[in-house]
Amino acid sequence: MGMTTAEKIFAAHLVDEPFSGTKVLRLDVVLCHEITTPIAIDDLVARGKDRVFNPENIKAVIDHVTPAKDTKTATQGKILRDWARRHQIKDFFDIGANGVCHALFPEKGFIRPGYTVIMGDSHTCTHGAFGAFAAGVGTTDLEVGILKGVCAFREPKTIRFNINGELPKGVYAKDLILTLIGKIGVNGATDRVMEFGGSTVDTMSMESRMTLCNMAIEAGGTSGICMPDMTTVEYLWSFIHDQFATKEAALASYQQWCSDADAVYEQVIEIDASVLVPVATFNYKPDQVRPVTEFSESRVDQVYLGSCTNGRIEDLRIAAQILKGKRLAENVRGILSPATPKVYREAMKEGLIDIFLDAGFCVTNSTCGACLGMSNGVLADGEVCASTTNRNFNGRMGKGGMVHLMSPATAAATAIEGRIADPRNYL
Amino acid sequence: MKTFGGPVLFLDRADINTDEIIPAKYLNEITKQDLRPFILEDLKLDGFDPGSEKTSNARVVVSRANFGCGSSREHAPWVFEVNEINAVVAESFARIFRQNMFNCGMAAIELPENDLNVIFSYSQYADASMKIDIEAQNLTISGGGRQNSFSFELSPFDKALVLAGGWVDYADTRY
Ligand code: SF4
Repeated sequence: MGMTTAEKIFAAHLVDEPFSGTKVLRLDVVLCHEITTPIAIDDLVARGKDRVFNPENIKAVIDHVTPAKDTKTATQGKILRDWARRHQIKDFFDIGANGVCHALFPEKGFIRPGYTVIMGDSHTCTHGAFGAFAAGVGTTDLEVGILKGVCAFREPKTIRFNINGELPKGVYAKDLILTLIGKIGVNGATDRVMEFGGSTVDTMSMESRMTLCNMAIEAGGTSGICMPDMTTVEYLWSFIHDQFATKEAALASYQQWCSDADAVYEQVIEIDASVLVPVATFNYKPDQVRPVTEFSESRVDQVYLGSCTNGRIEDLRIAAQILKGKRLAENVRGILSPATPKVYREAMKEGLIDIFLDAGFCVTNSTCGACLGMSNGVLADGEVCASTTNRNFNGRMGKGGMVHLMSPATAAATAIEGRIADPRNYL
Repeated sequence: MKTFGGPVLFLDRADINTDEIIPAKYLNEITKQDLRPFILEDLKLDGFDPGSEKTSNARVVVSRANFGCGSSREHAPWVFEVNEINAVVAESFARIFRQNMFNCGMAAIELPENDLNVIFSYSQYADASMKIDIEAQNLTISGGGRQNSFSFELSPFDKALVLAGGWVDYADTRY
């Protein structure tokens, strides 16, 4: 019987099965940021276990609130920084080199096909775009991951999404994943891996695959997963070229992690991508999704472009294409946070930053910022934000604020019109 | 092992997320105790008041499907823990929240919808209270002179974590 990618990774990393159904896996990468890691560090210190299983396999970043906004957030950064120094964690990204974790770590080549990845962050599922099993965990799991390099899971079943056809003009990976979540619901993939395949995914860039996998958690999914292919190899090539003689050799090696043709899925869902339309969320759950054409007069106060979902270079290119030569509507504030310094630099070189500035956007450094309502663009009570982020929970971007999730293209069109708008009118 | 049971806080809605349990703006707190006043601060639900005595007296939360969805923040179990709520009973849980509860030596107990309907019928009684026996895997809800008992499933691993008081010591001695 064939195996899915997740099953193959579980089998290859199994350390122990202390009880039937509980699998303790060896971890290839443990990712850390300054919000959830300091409490784990403090607890390890308090227990007299201030150790790390292997500093090479641990990567850390200060990304959520950076530069620090007050003493408390500065202290969180300090705890992480001191710890990284004390344990010689060389892949530590501090101010000047830091960016949103799920954009930064892939960009550094840390995530490879077949890897097990955990982080104290729910959107860790993003990294499944590389054919890895990547799961968000809490602080205690993170703490044990740091200390011992293992994590326990109930082996998830896999739901396979066969997505075929060409995405229509103005429709992107974000519209696709929002549509999928709308279809299966916020609880539709709880304790499940969401495996994405088919011609639509095959032709997607790594950036788009990350957008797709990023929101698996919004349907309850443990990890999103895409099959590693030549696109994966090309993305990673500068990091792996001394490991493989040719790209074909890398591909052959990575494809061992692809699901077998006769793998058994809990459920297979067929999606025709060619009939999709631009969508946005309404209300406070990410499965409350409808076509942008069905919003009448949904005025917004702020447009936010950025985050681990849609703050990558291709997202900025799409938004800039629409915004070129245009201005923000009078009722709208625009904020752009390129997800990493590399994205920022590329956007600058390509002239995109000028386009955003000319349109009236405020361009901030790379940070989570307003995405989780901690800094850089928090909403006032009663305000509405059109956002390329991934969560629209009540109060997510500030108490009493409301968030509509959408693609960068829709956010750009919305910025111009001051209300939820159809990007297809601008392409 | 922690103690389980006592007065019940009924949260009659599915998909209660971790932002509602503890808003992100409090994630800059470094100690668990500092989270205490902010429990369920952003939860909007008819008849629910985060600042009320009912909330602060509660020792068990009862809710519906997909409890604890959203962010991975362990601050969600912690804000319950520092408010002396060591158990949540619901129809189902989001994976990370559920694991976080057991990792902290707390209990996330799943019951079918029919059983929960019976339990929610006790929300009308001011003296609604729940006894939870982890070893025997059963719980009893009482109030208004009535009572009902239900048995629940716990995986051997989850039970081991509750008995051990959490995952860190368990893992450190084994791996
Ligand atoms: S950008 Fe938003 S969703 Fe992504 S890691 Fe940061 S806070 Fe979380």
